[in-house]
Amino acid sequence: MRLRTPIAPLPDGRYRLRLDGGERELVRGLCTELEELIRSDDAGVARLFPPGYRDDDEAAEEFSQLVHPGLREQRLASLEVVARSLGEDTLSQAEAEAWCGALNDLRLVLGERLGVTEDLDLGALSLLRHPQARELALYGWLTAVQSAAVEALASRL
Amino acid sequence: MSQTIEAPVRSREPSFDEDREEDRPWVVVVWNDPVNLMTYVTYVFQKLFGYPKQKAEKLMMQVHTEGKAAVSTGTRERAEYDAARLQAHGLWATLQQD
Repeated sequence: MRLRTPIAPLPDGRYRLRLDGGERELVRGLCTELEELIRSDDAGVARLFPPGYRDDDEAAEEFSQLVHPGLREQRLASLEVVARSLGEDTLSQAEAEAWCGALNDLRLVLGERLGVTEDLDLGALSLLRHPQARELALYGWLTAVQSAAVEALASRL
Repeated sequence: MSQTIEAPVRSREPSFDEDREEDRPWVVVVWNDPVNLMTYVTYVFQKLFGYPKQKAEKLMMQVHTEGKAAVSTGTRERAEYDAARLQAHGLWATLQQD
């Protein structure tokens, strides 16, 4: 039997979304929480709005004022698209792109909080004794779903 | 994620002294980070810039192994627009003058 792919391209141009009820509730909760963090300008989402200039604080501030409000609105709009399509079995192109972006944003925020490094190897960790086992497992699951979304979207480029 | 980002409009007019500076192209740099998937970074470069897969993969590997890569060049406005689109996709993008 083929391993279940959470997001996969369909012949008609749409994407199949294969998540069970619990997984969909998990995504709903995470998206709601991310929306709250973005709306309240929480420091936990700073990674989503990085400085546009590295060595020029004045230009970085101006960039932030010009660009970041638009990025906030886009991210909130994507989260809304994900929330609206949570009960569906198939996704449109725009919905699949919103899912991919929201999953990436969730991984960025969670990864930053966990202090994830490039050497992270969930298979090599003693998760049962790890103080952040739940968060790491969640991160691994989000990575698997986003990975499938990227593969599906890239196949249509 | 929506593709409609308006190019930022700069309010500050370049002064006379800056005229020559303005001629030097601006570069958009993407920095390595431990979270963005290699497949995702490649996909974003293809999607945003229309780069062929091979070029997108080469740039992604440069980010991965060297810590950064220049992914597009142009006017300051164009570079800010590209940096904004990359940031909208979660990539760590900045701009600088060449």
